[in-house]
Amino acid sequence: MTRTELAQLLLRGRAVLALVVLVVIFGILSPTFLQLTNIEILAKQTAINAILAIGMTFVILTGGIDLSVGSLVGLTAMLAGLLINEGLEASALAVIVYPHTWMVLLISLAAGTLVGAVNGFIITRFNVAPFIATLGMLYVARGAAGLLNNGNTFPNLVGREELGNTGFSELGTGELFGISWAIWIMIAFALAAWFVTTRTPFGRAVYAVGGNERSAELSGVRVRRTKMLVYMISGFCAATVGLIIASQLVAAHPATGVFFELNAIAAVVLGGTSLAGGRGTIVGTLIGAFVIGVLTVGLNQLGVSSFWQQVIKGVVIVLALIIDQLQQRAERRLALQQQAAQIGASPDSTTTTTSDS
Amino acid sequence: MSAGVNATVPGTDVASVPLPMRAENITKVFPGTTALEDVTFDVHPGKVNVLVGENGAGKSTLMKILAGVEQPTRGRVLMDGEPVQLPSVTAAAAHGVGIIFQELNLCPNLSVLDNLFLAQEIVRGGTIDRKAQRQRALELLDRLEQDIDPDEIVSNLRIGQQQIVEIAKALTRDVRVLIMDEPTSALSQTEVEGLFRIIDDLKARGVSIVYISHKLDELLQVGDHITVLRDGRVVAHAVATDVDVPWIIEQMVGRTPASLFTRSEHEQGEVLLRVEDVTLPRLGGGYLLDHVHLEVHAGEILGLYGLMGAGRTELMEVLAGVRPEASGKIWLDGKELGHSGVADRIDSGVVLVPEDRKTDGLVDALSVAHNMVLASLKRYLNRFYLSAARERSAVDQMISDLSVRVSDRAQPITSLSGGNQQKVVVAKGLLTEPRVLMLDEPTRGIDVGAKSEIFQIMSRLAGEGFGILFVSSELKEVLAMSDRILVLSKGAITAEYSRDEASEEKLVAASAVGHGPAATHHKETQAMTGGVQA
Repeated sequence: MTRTELAQLLLRGRAVLALVVLVVIFGILSPTFLQLTNIEILAKQTAINAILAIGMTFVILTGGIDLSVGSLVGLTAMLAGLLINEGLEASALAVIVYPHTWMVLLISLAAGTLVGAVNGFIITRFNVAPFIATLGMLYVARGAAGLLNNGNTFPNLVGREELGNTGFSELGTGELFGISWAIWIMIAFALAAWFVTTRTPFGRAVYAVGGNERSAELSGVRVRRTKMLVYMISGFCAATVGLIIASQLVAAHPATGVFFELNAIAAVVLGGTSLAGGRGTIVGTLIGAFVIGVLTVGLNQLGVSSFWQQVIKGVVIVLALIIDQLQQRAERRLALQQQAAQIGASPDSTTTTTSDS
Repeated sequence: MSAGVNATVPGTDVASVPLPMRAENITKVFPGTTALEDVTFDVHPGKVNVLVGENGAGKSTLMKILAGVEQPTRGRVLMDGEPVQLPSVTAAAAHGVGIIFQELNLCPNLSVLDNLFLAQEIVRGGTIDRKAQRQRALELLDRLEQDIDPDEIVSNLRIGQQQIVEIAKALTRDVRVLIMDEPTSALSQTEVEGLFRIIDDLKARGVSIVYISHKLDELLQVGDHITVLRDGRVVAHAVATDVDVPWIIEQMVGRTPASLFTRSEHEQGEVLLRVEDVTLPRLGGGYLLDHVHLEVHAGEILGLYGLMGAGRTELMEVLAGVRPEASGKIWLDGKELGHSGVADRIDSGVVLVPEDRKTDGLVDALSVAHNMVLASLKRYLNRFYLSAARERSAVDQMISDLSVRVSDRAQPITSLSGGNQQKVVVAKGLLTEPRVLMLDEPTRGIDVGAKSEIFQIMSRLAGEGFGILFVSSELKEVLAMSDRILVLSKGAITAEYSRDEASEEKLVAASAVGHGPAATHHKETQAMTGGVQA
């Protein structure tokens, strides 16, 4: 194992270490923290943020950012609510079509992906900075979510037997082998994302575009397509989360997902992904999401006020990045010192100086 | 300044008058490379102290250490015999060390006046005393024999004038040691003569000058002491009047320049690449490429020569598919290529090894291996995922073929020396299995040994039937390596020579076609001296 590999392992290991320390601390302070039910609650809560953060990782790896995901969560939740409670009105035929529950899921996911594609299109075709393009979408999508039912909630999303659109709540409340679907989805997304980032040409392209767009392009990487795709992935993940939340609540509220984008970015960054692009891993993002999840659940159980929770969360994020920077600097210095020591050891023989005066 | 302090300084053989500045046993290490190794450099008072060496020899690093930009890993800097710490440019300036960087460090949006006094404004009562500044500026510009309006915005000045402003800026402080990094690279002949008068004037005022340039004859004209660096070490030191240009080259290169090039004769085949009527419009009128026609045969090394901005890089970019706005037709093996971008050109077998490794060739965040395979990922696909084993074997093959010096294929690309990074970029191109390989300044900024290896690789590839298109600004390289040479000037091909016909004079003359006589003279000297350096 080379030094760089070891350093990488340590860097990753440190995040795990921090996670373990947090779990131990909360485990001691709150006797209920390590109970199985609590762990499932923790995982379920984390799943929401982790799924968003997985999509966000793709975007940030290309050097971009997606601020619209929180609003997209709200929009897709509302869209699902609309489809189940009010159906699709085909005005030309004067009929209302109620899609099957599977169709509701598909349409919502497609809508989220489409919004992501719009983000990508604006960014790649018109060269708008990702921050601005997705900030705009943050407002648009949130507004659209409100417009779908004039700012009201779609309540009671159970569907009707005769319309064949029941069972929506299964997604949020159902389980497989005693573990809720949200957690399975998180695991599936994480595995898929890990595979894509590490083992496919597209994944390599994502890193290359974030590292040096120009070099990537000259190497034949289709930069625009790559960027389009990462925003679509992010949109797809946001739609998934929107569906999960609407299904868990059996209701869709237009304010669902406010500030979710910031939690997702925090998880990605905590996981060691560079905001400049080109560096980071899906595993890191998962760990980052769990650090935030453990903090939130743990502090809640200890009865820490939500204001202090916010303060602590903010401090932890910045602290983690400070440590990151310190470690990188220390590593660089160490490498330089070792190199300098090697040179010092070799005899100085080649200098032939013809003296002047 | 006391004699007592002097006596404690080890290794000072000029004990009578302490040197204004001395770098002593300096070692500087960067990730992956050693820029300087135990270098001692004396700045003699009131003299022009020349530093010369190839790209990567360590001149710039040494200069940056003297100017407080970089800190030495080991060793120390003395001024007047006393060790000093120079943690920043400001600290160096406080000690009377001024520096003029090769890349202009002016704010183009501000006026000459604002630039001259930036961060050292003459202040009276809390506000800038513009009147005093203007007077001071006019004095300075007058001393430099320049007729520049102090209120002009810097971006409106010619490059040569900007360089003068840069010099004036250094002189606004009381400098005792002035470091000049390639100060003439953007100056016309008359401006160079003006600069030399300024240097004489500064010497007369007791200012010591550290002078770095690639133009060897110029160094002998202006220099008093010459120090030659090679691969981070001082290899020779001499008084300028004792030596000549061939001596400097010998010291710089460490061997006779001819042995640098490997060139084996090989058969040439059919026309591989045919380019017809390629035109690239320039923003705001005119052409970057003006109806270019050319052919590359299998097994041929076609050299492209031209001045900066002649269109060499643009031509290669068009062929590589980077410039969708270009018109014209390109055939490979008799099949016309579409206009659909880099990926398709690479698929067809045309690949570019770009000029600037850092910005165009490599992705810093990726490892050596991942950089190498970036352009040829499709080749390692196992259904829909990348086969690690196939990637590994391709990378290992290239590492041994091109003798890339790495300890581990997963090591960061940034830890490699310039020459090895360049080999990785070449390897990336080769892994796409091209028919035509385009190399844009493949030897820029790499050491002599790596240059010679790159040439060996080129020669071998031509022998294997690749068509090679090769751009270099260095006349010697183009002449030694090419089977045929095309000269570009202002976007048009102005001459074509076979290997036997070509000469330095002919290439320089053809590269100046279309330029005005005054400009020609200046660029010509630049090109000729540029050709001497390796």
